[in-house]
Amino acid sequence: MRKKIKLNRSKSNPLIGIVLIVIVVLWTVPTLGVFITSFRDSRDIYSSGWWTVLPHKDFVKTGEMEMPSELDPDQPIEIEGVTASFNEWRNGIEVEEGRTLKWYGNKRTRKVEIFEEKWIGFGANLNLQNYRDVLSAGEIEYTDGEGNTISRQGNNFSDAVLNSIAVSIPATIIPILIAAFAAYAFSWMEFPGRKPLFIIVVALLVVPLQIALIPILRDFTKWGLNGTFVGMWLAHTSFGLPLAIYLLYNYISNLPRDIFESAYLDGATPFVTFVKLVLPLSIPALASFAIFQFLWVWNDYLVALVFLGDKNRVVTSALAAMVGEKGQDWHLLTAGAFLSMIIPIAVFFGLQRFFVRGLTAGSVKG
Amino acid sequence: MSRDIDSRWSPITLAALVILTIVVLGGGFILLQTIQDYKILMTVFAVTWGLGSAALLFFVLNAIAETMPRKIRSVAVAFVFAGPAIVLLFWALVIPTLRTLRLSFLGPHADKFVGFDNFAFAFTDPIMLESFRNNLLWMIFGTSFCVIMGLLIAVLADKSRYEKVFKSLIFMPMAISFVGAGVIWRFIYAYKGEGFNVTEIGLINAIVTSFGGEAQAWLLVPFWNNFFLIVIMVWLQTGYAMVIISSAIKAIPGEINEAAWVDGANSFTIFFKITIPYIMPTIITVTTTILIFSLKLFDIVRVMTGGNFGTNVIANEFYLRQFTYGNSGQASAIAVVLLIVIVPVLMYNLRDFRRRRVLK
Amino acid sequence: MKKILLILLSVLLIASFTLTGCQKKEEPAPAATEKDADDPYAEVRGTVVRMAGPFTDNDAIKFEESVKSFEKMTGIDIQYEGSKEFEASIGISIEGGNAPDIVDFPQPGLLKNFVEKGYVVDLNKVLDMGKVKSNFIQSWLDMATMKAPDGEIMAGIWGRVNGKSLVWYNKKEFDAAGYKVPKTWKELVELQKTILADGDSPWAVGIESGAATGWAATDWVEEMMLRTTSLENYDRWVAGELKFDSPEVRKAIDAMASIWFAKGMVYGGRKSITTTSFGDAPKVMFESPPKAWLHKQGNFITSFFPDNLVAGTDYDFFYLPTVDTAYGKPVLVAGDIYAMFNDRPEVRMTMQYFATGASVEGWVKAGGAISPHKDSKLSWYTNAVDRKVAEVIQNATSVRFDGSDLMPGAVGAGSFWKEMTAYVSGAKTLDEALKTIDASWPK
Repeated sequence: MRKKIKLNRSKSNPLIGIVLIVIVVLWTVPTLGVFITSFRDSRDIYSSGWWTVLPHKDFVKTGEMEMPSELDPDQPIEIEGVTASFNEWRNGIEVEEGRTLKWYGNKRTRKVEIFEEKWIGFGANLNLQNYRDVLSAGEIEYTDGEGNTISRQGNNFSDAVLNSIAVSIPATIIPILIAAFAAYAFSWMEFPGRKPLFIIVVALLVVPLQIALIPILRDFTKWGLNGTFVGMWLAHTSFGLPLAIYLLYNYISNLPRDIFESAYLDGATPFVTFVKLVLPLSIPALASFAIFQFLWVWNDYLVALVFLGDKNRVVTSALAAMVGEKGQDWHLLTAGAFLSMIIPIAVFFGLQRFFVRGLTAGSVKG
Repeated sequence: MSRDIDSRWSPITLAALVILTIVVLGGGFILLQTIQDYKILMTVFAVTWGLGSAALLFFVLNAIAETMPRKIRSVAVAFVFAGPAIVLLFWALVIPTLRTLRLSFLGPHADKFVGFDNFAFAFTDPIMLESFRNNLLWMIFGTSFCVIMGLLIAVLADKSRYEKVFKSLIFMPMAISFVGAGVIWRFIYAYKGEGFNVTEIGLINAIVTSFGGEAQAWLLVPFWNNFFLIVIMVWLQTGYAMVIISSAIKAIPGEINEAAWVDGANSFTIFFKITIPYIMPTIITVTTTILIFSLKLFDIVRVMTGGNFGTNVIANEFYLRQFTYGNSGQASAIAVVLLIVIVPVLMYNLRDFRRRRVLK
Repeated sequence: MKKILLILLSVLLIASFTLTGCQKKEEPAPAATEKDADDPYAEVRGTVVRMAGPFTDNDAIKFEESVKSFEKMTGIDIQYEGSKEFEASIGISIEGGNAPDIVDFPQPGLLKNFVEKGYVVDLNKVLDMGKVKSNFIQSWLDMATMKAPDGEIMAGIWGRVNGKSLVWYNKKEFDAAGYKVPKTWKELVELQKTILADGDSPWAVGIESGAATGWAATDWVEEMMLRTTSLENYDRWVAGELKFDSPEVRKAIDAMASIWFAKGMVYGGRKSITTTSFGDAPKVMFESPPKAWLHKQGNFITSFFPDNLVAGTDYDFFYLPTVDTAYGKPVLVAGDIYAMFNDRPEVRMTMQYFATGASVEGWVKAGGAISPHKDSKLSWYTNAVDRKVAEVIQNATSVRFDGSDLMPGAVGAGSFWKEMTAYVSGAKTLDEALKTIDASWPK
């Protein structure tokens, strides 16, 4: 029944579709640019925009001619009946329909190139080399004193993906679990200090995590947790908790009071109520927070750098190291950025179906 | 499921449970260290162990709490529920915050008391004043754009057949790290200069020049360059607002909307009279978090301009003073100022909770 | 909840299956051989020395290669952890009580912060200083002496050096165009005029570097300081005794501005200087046709050049001539200083090794490093360009370290970068910029 209404509405209002498409296009163009760039040659990236790989009309060089050496470029120059200054020639002049002449380089070259305007298709120089470089992740080569080329496996990107997974999944679910318990306690249970504690939690939202790095590292050094995954989970859990509690509190405190009353009348303990009622009812909120926490952990660099170190590199560290000393290797960065997006996007698609309508409405009676 | 309100765990079972928990926690940790080189095995084990022990911990603590005498049982259970979060937060955030507060009254090497000098710096230094102005821009425009766009997309997509496609595309930027986002937007704002032989590879300059305009160094335009950076945050964060608002919209009982349709209300009336009031708490939540995010934001600025050209923000200055200049006093004062600035937002949230009678 | 878990697990499984193929086996650690009475290194065999620093990628490998023989001989395993965010992370590690044994600082100013807080081991007390002192010229030793809470200490050992006063050019095109390498400032000015008259911009300049934007501009100011005023003034300026807002510093900046801001002199114009990354800037010299002809930068810049260029035939450099010949042939250098944070026998041994030329021999031979050690040989430099850089440093009448690296972090890695950037972009006047830098100097 509802589905029918929905269909009718979207048909009756094409404006919505148009507005959405415009917004989505605006949103996607930057990403598209990088996607295309990630297939381009590193030199092309600096000499032309990424949109030039799309079919467009452009000047194609068809020949060149040598200027006589006695010609003085400081005077007006006549070529094929057109007289112009050096600078004008350098910018290119269309001497006849579809034939443009351009001076090549500076005044010393004495070379003029002939261009014709033509359509250029998808013939641009695109290949998978950047992706190969990223996945082999710094198969690094250099030539030593004796002229031998030494190549060495650098940091392994697939290892980094595994490390990232090992960090991210527990660091996503553990804070959700802890925060859900806490949010339930803050919204539906009575205990001394509830209100001030909750105010502190919300206030902690604004604490920049950088201030906590040194104290936590000191403790980790004492406890031998440096460079371990456990340390990473503890750190990410703690940093994610304020927002997790705040978001889940907003959701859980808005659940209808009747369900808790009926559960209490049925004689359920808080633990049972929480596991059997609150968690299932909160799935949309849990799922949306899970996505964000996962993304933040996945894209985190600073925390991993400080607590995990070099041995168990995560994806962001691997990317940063790969870019390495040549800080400007955009062709690798773009490819790496795309590879590192695959898993977060998969998680998003996986969790998206949990944002479904009517979960709350349906279970009030139960 | 629900008849056991008075039943207590037998002491033996309880003791066994506690021992089991300790063994799982300790043994798992040691095992984890030893299998670090077998990546896949370790990953699978790490995930199961991490989740399992967290769940086990709650279960055992709750079991212990439920054996308490009736009078204090409900409080004990409440502390079991909220306790782990509170302990972690005190350890990881509250104590460091207090330490920061102390450091903010000490000199650069944390060795002598300097009174309010650091705060005098934080409120008078020209670079800080510039940062305050910029943070205000970020908070006002960044937050409102994010929320309005998120709301718009969530509402419109809800009515479209291709909802999943639209939402996924809007969401995609969130999956990109700041380094990646920096690269993307450099390609958009890139400026190659003026004179001969210059080919613009920046998207905006290419568009401007193709319409006969003159290429601009967008990130150098005073004042407005802040907005060019804010656009990046809107691009990254709208997905966040959209996802949360969208799930709130989906929680609106269908009957309400249908009743309104039957009464002859049009889309606009429904939007302003039903949707907005119903999801208002969610909008406040989203606004608060994005507001705080834009207050703490520094990655975008650091990657794009390094805080130059009049685009500096408070958090970037904090990072610089703390880690590059080695002045923990001034850095701490800046962090404390960040905490103070957010108090009004906090007050509003608490008032809202009280109004909705959720936090009595 | 179960469903979420299920999905995450399946993602994990898919990921693991697709990635199993590229699993890499860890190299077995060098086995600790049985203790031998004749083995002079019996005490340290099998121990680990942890190092941290900014070397990543090629640099990290070259470093590892160059210490390999030492590792084999002594059985010490040197584990180098390189990171791009090194400047930020090292402070956290040290103050968090997790300091590596040896830290490699590209900026002595940063090391100074930790020396002042008393974290650094005084090398005078733990090393055979006779050997160390005989292997470095005095000015390197002076630059390694820093003030700790309880008096002056020898804070570190210089490992690798970069020469900065070098002007790079596209040799092939440069020769084809018939330009001549300038030997004096006058000839350089003539060359600039010729290139301008030919319709091109002589210089390629870019100072953008993310959070560190502006450092390339401070290098130029330092070069000009060395070429327009006395060494004493340069040293006073670096020490904070000579203000930025002084005729000497103004003169140096004006000398730089006369090149940077002159019409057509820099490819892309004044505004593009601050938006062009320092690594991208030289690339325009190697386009066809070249869009600019000259680029001043340290010898590390060659790793930013397009791949497959051959040193000496595709590109080359010349020494940036001095403006006023009265100030001799000064060379600006930068380098890495190794400091010791934990005192153990194997760490001492490693530090002692870094004080010998042998510790960088491999790196010098692989290219990209200049050795400051007296016992290193010119014959180690296998590529002509590196050897020439070493010669420039050896022939210099005076060597001065990159001033901004020696200044306190708040200036040398802060206001000096930022205010020069603001001045170059036109956001601030020189007066405003200089006053702000002076005000930021820690009291």
